[in-house]
Amino acid sequence: MNPQLWPWIILFAPLVAAGVILFLLPRNNTAAGWLGVLTAALTCFLSWKVFLNPSLVVTAQIPWIEIPGIFSIPIGVILDDLSRVMLVVVTTIATLVFIYSAGYMRGDEGIPRYYASLCLFLFSMLGIVLADNFVMMFIFWELVGVSSYLLIGHYFRKDSAADAAKQAFTVNRVGDFGFMLGILMLWLATGSIMFAGIEQNLSALTLHPGYLTAACLLVFCGTLGKSAQMPLHVWLPNSMEGPTPVSSLLHAATMVAAGVYMLARIFPVLLAAPEITREVIMWIGAITCFAAGLMATQQDDIKRILAYSTISQLGYMVVGIAVAPAGEIAMFHLFTHAFFKCMLFLCAGSVIIALHHEQDIWKMGGLLGRMPLTALCVVVGTLALAGTPGFSGYYSKDLIVAYAHGANNAVFWITAGAALLTSFYMFRLFFVVFLGRPRSEHAEHAKQSPAVMTIPLLLLAIPSVAAGYPVVAKHFFDLPHPEMPHVVHYALLAALIGGVVLAAALYARGPLKDPVRIPLFANRLYIDNFYGWLVSRVQGGLAVIGSWFDRWIIDGLVVTGAARTVWATGYVLRLLQLGNLQAYAFFFGAGMLALLYFLIFR
Amino acid sequence: MSPLLSLILIPLVTAAFCMAGAAPRRISLFGAGANLLLGLYLLVSYNIGIGGFQFVSENALFPSYGIHFSLGADGLSLVLILLATLVTFAAVWVTPKIEKFAGMFYACLLFISAGAIGAFSSIDLFFFYAFHELALIPTFLLIGIWGSGERQRIAWKVTIYLAFGSFILLLGLIGLWQAAPPELRTLDIRLLQQLGYAGMMQPGPVVYLLLLFGFGILIALFPFHTWAPEAYASAPAPAAMLHAGVLKKFGLYGLLRLAVPIFPAEIQQFAHLVLILLLGNILYVGFVTLAQKRLDLMLGYSSVMHMGHAFLGFVALNQLGLGGMSLMLFAHGLTIAALFALSGEIARRTGTLEFSQLGGLAGVAPKLGLLFGFAAMASIGLPGFSTFASEIMIFFGAFARGTVGSFDWFQTCTALALWGVVISAVYMLRAYRNIFWGAQGSAVKDDTQDMSSGVRWAVIILIAGLLVTGFRPALLLNYLNPVFAYLAP
Repeated sequence: MNPQLWPWIILFAPLVAAGVILFLLPRNNTAAGWLGVLTAALTCFLSWKVFLNPSLVVTAQIPWIEIPGIFSIPIGVILDDLSRVMLVVVTTIATLVFIYSAGYMRGDEGIPRYYASLCLFLFSMLGIVLADNFVMMFIFWELVGVSSYLLIGHYFRKDSAADAAKQAFTVNRVGDFGFMLGILMLWLATGSIMFAGIEQNLSALTLHPGYLTAACLLVFCGTLGKSAQMPLHVWLPNSMEGPTPVSSLLHAATMVAAGVYMLARIFPVLLAAPEITREVIMWIGAITCFAAGLMATQQDDIKRILAYSTISQLGYMVVGIAVAPAGEIAMFHLFTHAFFKCMLFLCAGSVIIALHHEQDIWKMGGLLGRMPLTALCVVVGTLALAGTPGFSGYYSKDLIVAYAHGANNAVFWITAGAALLTSFYMFRLFFVVFLGRPRSEHAEHAKQSPAVMTIPLLLLAIPSVAAGYPVVAKHFFDLPHPEMPHVVHYALLAALIGGVVLAAALYARGPLKDPVRIPLFANRLYIDNFYGWLVSRVQGGLAVIGSWFDRWIIDGLVVTGAARTVWATGYVLRLLQLGNLQAYAFFFGAGMLALLYFLIFR
Repeated sequence: MSPLLSLILIPLVTAAFCMAGAAPRRISLFGAGANLLLGLYLLVSYNIGIGGFQFVSENALFPSYGIHFSLGADGLSLVLILLATLVTFAAVWVTPKIEKFAGMFYACLLFISAGAIGAFSSIDLFFFYAFHELALIPTFLLIGIWGSGERQRIAWKVTIYLAFGSFILLLGLIGLWQAAPPELRTLDIRLLQQLGYAGMMQPGPVVYLLLLFGFGILIALFPFHTWAPEAYASAPAPAAMLHAGVLKKFGLYGLLRLAVPIFPAEIQQFAHLVLILLLGNILYVGFVTLAQKRLDLMLGYSSVMHMGHAFLGFVALNQLGLGGMSLMLFAHGLTIAALFALSGEIARRTGTLEFSQLGGLAGVAPKLGLLFGFAAMASIGLPGFSTFASEIMIFFGAFARGTVGSFDWFQTCTALALWGVVISAVYMLRAYRNIFWGAQGSAVKDDTQDMSSGVRWAVIILIAGLLVTGFRPALLLNYLNPVFAYLAP
C-alpha cells in the first residue's frame, strides 16, 4: 500500500466505521464492537508504521472551502515529531480502551451508539493531531466536542448525565469562541491559516505586540475549555457521568490533552509573543494545578478524584508550555500521563463494575485481596502519578518543575505544593479503596474483572512504569537535559513522602468515614455554585427581561401602533363582509395594482 | 417551453389539480418530486464556465411599459431554486392528514413554492416583486385557516407586517427604476446591475434604505422581527418550513441581487447601522430565544437570530462574506425546514411542545431523537454541515474588513456576532436535553410512537443535503463564487 495513503486511512477509517455502525448496524451489538475494535487497531497499526518512517512526507491536500485566488481552507496532514508521537499515543490507548469497553459495556442497551460515538471521537481526535492548519484543527476541535457530548450523555435517561453533557458542550463553546477569534486575528495579521504560513509571517505580528498578545491569549481560550483549565474547568468532573472507558480515553488521556497539543503546535508563535502572554498562561496553569489538587483531596467519588487529578496534571502541562524553551517538555508529560491516567481510570472502571456501579470510595475497602491485579495496577499508577523515582511520571513532572524553578520562584513552590497534594489524594484513594475492611455488601463480594478488561490494564502498566526512562523517551522526544538544582529534587521528594505519610496517618487504618472535612474543598471552592447562579440568575434574568421587552415594548408598542392604523382598514373590509381570504388577496392585489398604476401612468 | 417556466408551472398546475379535487397528497408529491428533479437537472446542465444568466426566456408582456416576463438563472438563482424544490418536496411529504380543505392546503403549499421559484428566477423587477407577493397570500391562508393558537390574530399581524414591508420595498423598487436616466429606464435586473456598475445611476441613500428596510422587514431584521416567531409557531409545520426555509430568503436574495451591485457605496456608508441592527438579531434576539419555553417559538426566534449572521456577510461586502451569506441561505433553509418538520412531529406524537411537559423522548422515539440531534447540530453550526461552512466564511469575510493592530468596528462587531455561536449552542442543547434526554416528561408515555416513515425520509433528505454540502461546499460554491467574483478587491 502506498505510504502516502496511510495518514488518510488513519484519519477517515474511524469516520467510515462510525457511519457503518450508525446506519447499517444500529442493533447489532457484537458486530458494532468488533468493527470498532478492528478500526482502532487498524489506525494503531498504521500510526506505528508512520511513526517508524520518519522520512514520510505527505503533501496532498483535500480542498474544502476554496475561493480561487482569495481564500482557501484545505484539509491536509502534517507529519512531524509532534504529530507522530501523538498519533501513536492516541491510537494505542484508543485500541486498548475500545477492547476494554467490550467488557465494561456488556449488557448495555446502546452498544452500537456507544461504539459509533467512540469512532467519531477517534476520527475527530486524529483530525486535531494531523491538522496542518488552524481552521481544520478548529473543525475537529468542535467534533471532539460533540463526540464528548454524545458519550457523556450515553446514559441520557439520567438527568445528571444529560446536564453534564450539555454543560461540557456549552463550556467548551465558550472556550471555542475565544479560540476562533484568536484564529481570525492571527489570520488577519499574517494572511494565513496554515501553521507553517503563520510561523513564516511572524514578523507581521511582532509589529503589533498588543494585538499578538490578545490573539495568543484568545487562542489559549481554546485550551481553557478543552483542557479544563480554570476558570473553565467545571465541566470535566461532571463529565464523569459518562461510561468509565470514555472518561479514561477522552477525559483523561487524549481529548483533554488536545489543548496542550495545540499550544505545542503553535509554540513558535507563543515564543514570539511578548513575555506577558506566557506569564498569563503560566499563572493559569499553576493556579489550576494547585486548586484542582485541593479539590481532589476532598472528593468521595472515585472518578471525580481522578478527574480533579487530571485537571491538576493538565495544569502542569500548561505550566510546562509557558516555562520551558520547547513544547516537548509539556508533551513529554502529556505522553507519560496519558498511559498511567488512562490505566487508573480503567482500574476505577473495574472496581466500579465489580461493585455493581458503586462509585463512592466510602462504600469500598479491602479490595486488595479481592482484586489483586487491579490493585497492582492502581499501585503502579499511583506511584507514577505521584512522581516516584523509577516510574514514568517522575521524569516528566520533574522536568516541568525544574523549568518552573528557573522561570519563577512562586510558581516553582506552587507546583511543588501540587505534587504534595497529588501524592496525598492518590494514596488516600488507594488506602481507602484497597486497604481496611469492606464498607459495603458489594465490596465484600467483589471479584476480579474478566480478561478483556484486565489485559488492557496490564498492557498499560508497562508504559506507566517505563515510558519516562531516558532510553525509551529518546525515541519519542528530543529532550533537553537542563541542570537540575538540588532544591527541585529535594522538594519533590519531600512532597512525595509528605503526601504518603499524611495519607497513611489519616486513612491507612481504614476509617469508616472521612476524618477530615473541609467544605471549601469538598464544594470545589464554590466555583460551580457561582456558575450555577450566573446561568440561572444573570443569563436567565437577562433572557426573561429581553423576552418581556420584546413582547411588550417592541411588539406591543411599535407593532400595535402600526396595527392600529391598519385596523381601520380591516374594519372597513369587515363591514364590506369580505372574508379573510378575500381580504388577504385584496391587500396584495392592491399593492400590485399600485405598481401597475405607477408604471402605466408614470 | 423554457425549463424555468416549467419549474413555475409544474407546481401551479399541480395546485390546480389539487383544488379541482384530485387526490391531493399523491399528486402534490409527484409534482414536487418532478420539480426537484428538474431543479437538479438545471443545476447540472448550467454551464459554470460561461457563467452569467442562462436558460433565459424573454416575453414582452407590456412592451410599451417595459414589463417583460423574463426568466433566467445564474449560480445564485439555481442554488436557491434547488433549496426551494428540495424544501417543497420535504414539506409536501411531511404534511399530515389534513382534516379540512385538504386540496386547498396542498395547493397553498405549491403556490408558495411556485412564487418563490418565480421570484428567484425572474430577471424582470416587476415579476421579481409580483412572484413574492403571490407566495405571501397562501402563507397567510395557511396560518389563518390551518394554524394553531390565535391563528386569526396572528395571520392578521403577519399580513399587516409583511404588507408594510412589501410596500416599503415597492417604494424602493420604484425609486430604483426612476434613478436611471429616462431614456435608459428598465425593469431588467441585468441592465440595472450594468447601469449601477457603469455609474450611470446613483439612486442615493434613500432608495438604499427603502430597499434595506423593505427587504429587512421580510427577513425579520431587528427590530422588525416580532412577526416571525409567532407566525412560525402558529403555522402548520409544512407552511413554517416553506416560509422560514425558502420564502424568507427572498429578502436576502433581493439584497444580494439589487443592493450589492448598485449600492456598494451606500452599504459602506450605512455599515455601522446594519452592524448594530444585526447585533440586535444575534445578541438581543439570542437572549430572547433563551427565554422561550416552547419549542416552536424557540425555533422561530432562532431563525430570526440566524438572519443576523447572514446580514454580517452582507455588510462585509466581499467575496468571502457574500459567498458565505448565500451559502447560508441554502444551509439555513434546509436546517430550519428540518427542525420545523421534526417539531411538528413531536407535537403530533406528544400533543405538546412545552419543554416542561417533555423529556426522555429519545428513549421511546429513538429515530426522532437521532434526527432531531442531527438537525440541532446543523443549526448550531457543527462542522460537517454546510451551516458551519457558511458561518465560517461569513466570519472570515467580516473580519477581513478589519485592520491589523486595532479593534475597529468590524472586528468588534464580528467578535460580538461570534458570541452568537455560544448562545445558539446554549438554547439548542437545552431544548434537546429538555425534550429528548432526562426523565420522561408528563406528555411522554411509554407507548408514545416514534416518527412516521414519511417525515423520517423527508428529514433525512434535508439532512443529507446539509451533510453533502457541508463536506463538499465546493458543490455549491462553484456556482456561487463567480456571481460574487466581480466584487473581489
